[in-house]
Amino acid sequence: MTTATAGREVTYLEAISEALDEEMTRDERVFIMGEDIGPYGGAFRITEGFQKKYGEWRVLDTPLAESGFVGAAIGAAMMGMRPVVEMQFADFISCAFDQIVEVAGTSYYRWRASVPMVIRAPYGGGVHGGPFHSECPEGWFFHSPGLKLVAPSTPYDAKGLLKAAIRDPNPVIYFEHKFLYRRVKAVLPSEDYIVPIGKGDVKRVGTDISVITYGAMVHLALEAADLLAKDGINLEVVDLRSLIPLDQELIYESVRKTSKAIVLHEDNKTGGIGAEIAARLAEDCFDCLDGPIIRIAPPDTPIPFSAPLEEFFLPKITDVVTAAKKLASY
Amino acid sequence: MDLAVVAKEIKPADLLQMYYYLRLTRTLEDRVTALYRQGRIVGGVYTSNGMEAIPVGYASAIERDDIIAPYHRDMGAFLIRGITPGEVVAQYLGKRTGPTRGKDGNVHIGDLKRGIIGFVSHLADNLPIAAGAALAFKIRGESRVVVANTGDGGTSRGDFHEALNFAAVRKLPVVFFCNNNQYAYSTPLSLQMPIKDVVDRAKAYAIPGEIVDGNDVAAVYLAAKRAIGRARAGGGPTFIECKTMRMHGHSEHDSAKYVPRELLEEWKQKDPILKAEQLLRALGYADDAAFHEVEERVKREVEAGVEFGEQSPLPEGPEVLEGVFADDEEVSS
Repeated sequence: MTTATAGREVTYLEAISEALDEEMTRDERVFIMGEDIGPYGGAFRITEGFQKKYGEWRVLDTPLAESGFVGAAIGAAMMGMRPVVEMQFADFISCAFDQIVEVAGTSYYRWRASVPMVIRAPYGGGVHGGPFHSECPEGWFFHSPGLKLVAPSTPYDAKGLLKAAIRDPNPVIYFEHKFLYRRVKAVLPSEDYIVPIGKGDVKRVGTDISVITYGAMVHLALEAADLLAKDGINLEVVDLRSLIPLDQELIYESVRKTSKAIVLHEDNKTGGIGAEIAARLAEDCFDCLDGPIIRIAPPDTPIPFSAPLEEFFLPKITDVVTAAKKLASY
Repeated sequence: MDLAVVAKEIKPADLLQMYYYLRLTRTLEDRVTALYRQGRIVGGVYTSNGMEAIPVGYASAIERDDIIAPYHRDMGAFLIRGITPGEVVAQYLGKRTGPTRGKDGNVHIGDLKRGIIGFVSHLADNLPIAAGAALAFKIRGESRVVVANTGDGGTSRGDFHEALNFAAVRKLPVVFFCNNNQYAYSTPLSLQMPIKDVVDRAKAYAIPGEIVDGNDVAAVYLAAKRAIGRARAGGGPTFIECKTMRMHGHSEHDSAKYVPRELLEEWKQKDPILKAEQLLRALGYADDAAFHEVEERVKREVEAGVEFGEQSPLPEGPEVLEGVFADDEEVSS
């Protein structure tokens, strides 16, 4: 278990762990449940030491039954608890799809039973996990009313968004990117803070082209921006942070400034979040666009295992560079 | 039911109260069916006709702070928990005064203030929810119990098995009822499972199981009492299979021609209201005059409910946009 230490650099993974720890200390309604999260500490060791600190009933190992334990979390949430469910891998969330979409997403709307539940979903590729340990399932839920979706890209956002998610009265799916777990670090504030759900963040201010993205792709966009700066193309990188609610104002503000937009994500291309953003830009910002809206996203295939296949599948820095150069010519 | 056992275990006033709810359920659902046949109700109408004793029995056995997670043939449980006939009719008519304000229909009724977890049409989804509510009670050390119900078909779903397993592993204070009415829509039990008694499914989870006559309100009540007592004392879940028969179609649009007529004739003799009257007479708790009085009372209440429902306003179209998300301040802790 990590403890919040002012001035110490923490990883994205440690930031998640800190947020959980602090929220469990702050609010005794918060409890966590999932597969292998107890003595083992979770597949990614995010809850290591938690059971010792909080006991067996607040750090609850579940049977291998995602629909059952997500349903149980919903029931506990309806009774005033604040469950945080760990999906061992986001890929397995499909087993709980019915409970999430039909029950959690509709209960407040239909009969005013709020479901203050968080599902932590370790997602994303680049880790050679193959088709069932690398998926980006956010698109499935993006289409479903009543759920909030967040996807942080930095340790600061990871901690602040998880705290906000736990304090939110609605079901929140928290997409934590596995590729970022130990690759990004930051010094975090020692005082309690949240990152409000529904607010994006401009991770790099630019003037020429807006890259609208989230999760691990934020870092790809930032790297591409460094390269393009040498060619005199100045990218603005908009990190959505929240997928639902979407910070439409921030997206529009950026595109109105740059007049050009690239939407970049790791989820499959068709019918994805990029498609929605492109459609909204076309509907609402058509007058200010100086070029086509470009989507960069993987092809419509399952995410493959073998390194060259996965490399081909995932968006690359060169994809952003090529798209930006094309847009710059308009 | 053994008269001496009933006399010893159930107070006369409680049994009379159950009889009242059996009659109220039947009269209300018959009236709703009539409204459907007149074209005044659109959509599905799902009744508990012939099965009223199950929800009336279990909902009479719970305490005020307990929670129920009913399914769609549990009208008696809604009524006992305080949903009024007027609210039921308003719900069926899509009125703003229904428990879901027109957002959902028919028997999709939930209200946590009255201890009712609302259900979705996906049968058995309510069972993990029930287990989770029981988990909350267990974590907080509260002596509250959850009673959930589903049909025979619902027990084929993974969520049924996941819920029973989880509840058994964690010894949660939850009682699982099964309304075995022999048909899941048109599918008979023999095509639903290779076993004759649904209760056998509980064995795999080391959950004590019991079969009761689902048409005998006293039997259902006493089985529920025992199971609820066990759950409250920390003994974990129980599974209760109520043998019964669905006397109407799946929904009122369904003529249920697939059900052999002689089977329905046989079960007609075992009607739960008839059985309750026989029991009350045998115990000397009530006579025909008393039954007639109840009949008149529930008719009045149902007619007042129909009037309330029909006179209630419909929601305005733009209300569709309201309430997708809860605001912070609305959430009770």
